[in-house]
Amino acid sequence: MTEASLYFLQQIINGLTIGSTYALIAIGYTMVYGIIGMINFAHGEIYMIGSYVAFIVITGLLGMGMVALPVVLFIALVVAMVVASSYGWAIERVAYRPLRGSNRLIALISAIGMSIFLQNYVVLAQGSRDVAMPPLVSGSLVEFGSLETFQVTISWMQLLIWVVTLISMTVLTLFISRSRMGRACRACAEDIGMTNLLGIDTNRIIAMTFVIGAALAAVAGLLLGLYYGVVNPFIGFIAGLKAFTAAVLGGIGSIPGAMLGGLILGVTEALTAAYFPSEYKDVVAFSLLVLILLFRPTGILGKPEVEKV
Amino acid sequence: MSQLLLDVNELTMRFGGLLAVNEVNLKVKNRQIVSIIGPNGAGKTTVFNCLSGFYIPTDGSILFRGEQLAGLKDFQISRKGLVRTFQHVRLFKRMTVIENMLVAQHRHLNTNLLSGMLKTPGYKRLEQEAMDRAIYWLEEVDLLEHANREAGYLAYGQQRKLEIARCMVTQPELLMLDEPAAGLNPKETKELDELIIRLRDEHEISVLLIEHDMGLVMGISDHIYVIAQGTPLADGSPMDVKENPDVIKAYLGES
Repeated sequence: MTEASLYFLQQIINGLTIGSTYALIAIGYTMVYGIIGMINFAHGEIYMIGSYVAFIVITGLLGMGMVALPVVLFIALVVAMVVASSYGWAIERVAYRPLRGSNRLIALISAIGMSIFLQNYVVLAQGSRDVAMPPLVSGSLVEFGSLETFQVTISWMQLLIWVVTLISMTVLTLFISRSRMGRACRACAEDIGMTNLLGIDTNRIIAMTFVIGAALAAVAGLLLGLYYGVVNPFIGFIAGLKAFTAAVLGGIGSIPGAMLGGLILGVTEALTAAYFPSEYKDVVAFSLLVLILLFRPTGILGKPEVEKV
Repeated sequence: MSQLLLDVNELTMRFGGLLAVNEVNLKVKNRQIVSIIGPNGAGKTTVFNCLSGFYIPTDGSILFRGEQLAGLKDFQISRKGLVRTFQHVRLFKRMTVIENMLVAQHRHLNTNLLSGMLKTPGYKRLEQEAMDRAIYWLEEVDLLEHANREAGYLAYGQQRKLEIARCMVTQPELLMLDEPAAGLNPKETKELDELIIRLRDEHEISVLLIEHDMGLVMGISDHIYVIAQGTPLADGSPMDVKENPDVIKAYLGES
């Protein structure tokens, strides 16, 4: 292979890695939107909190002398998911449920307020500086190409991100398509009023949606924290916007759409950063958002919204 | 005389200055088909919306088996055994026919998450019962062969029947149908007619009906209420109502 094509391949690998994590976060936006038609702008902060919890658990366990890597990662993952889920649940309960039935704009403002609150709360509790995530997963799995031209690398960390994302998405897909709660979830997304009339407590389904979205955001929080090696209270904002873009790109309300949108966005960004000055990658990502909203507001896999009567 | 299932007294619904429903009384006994008729805009659907918890009535009482329903949430009312359909079809169109039937039984499967994940024998048994009930009702409305199709792809008349079947798996005691014959052809209307009678005679439930198809209403109702401009005009057996001069005047105008 030529140098150029090896370089290109490396960008695709990097793009798919970041894209997987965007997809994990985007699920939270798309599921909530699919059911209650609201953008949960505090969702990015849930990801940030997940990252912090993972950081705290990992440094704590290492400090206690625990070194078995899989165990440390597993405990961090579970704790981050549980804590983030409780935040997701609490946010819905406190900031959104009381406003249900009022104008959509009001819930949106509440979400923005919640986002600012959470960010500042973490600044107060943890300080506003970067904290360094211990580099737990290092080294590379595959290297090919030659050192003189260009060497393509797939690191263990990238592999971990792919595998964990794949497992999470598979479990989610099975849950939505097969389980009783997943069925109720789909029913809510189609017609929440009718679901209520069939005797289903839709408030519980909505709460569950927030919990699932938050748990997946926490997975992304752990993975990206390890990948970048730093965590700070402001990472939620930009990651949230990127994931939101991914959700819109794929078609907001559609779960496969969020997965696809995340991957496309990740690859687009990686390619932009590779062939143009890397500052352009956010410009391109958000230009993409504007273009989709202008030309295909329903996204790639989204269905045209039919106004419910 | 059979026992009173639904007892609505002086139901009133105001929207600002508009009096949509004015002191309406309704009585439904066990195993009875009762119809509400009246000109367009008479407030029939508003009555349904009050009964099903969609609106909170301004005044009046709604007793269902002696229990007060006014003020309860819609999902609580349906859990008490009073379910409804709408003027337009409200199926989950992107879900399959059988999924529509199963989701309606969601709360009957209300076991905890753990037993659902582990598929305990108790959970499996409940799931099997739900499936059996779904199949039974699909057979009743002649839709079993379409069980795995997406509901949105069924013909209109089939969608109407599926809605009734979906209500029936929730095991209601009172089924409220809002213009179920609207848009049906004569053959489908006849099938609907037979289905509603079967619900009363074989499945021993009561049906409260809003309908414009006078042939259907007169043919199957045990009792008819006539409402005009939100106010009760007359009630009685189909024969009484047909011959009531006030009713004729409301429908045909003053002569």
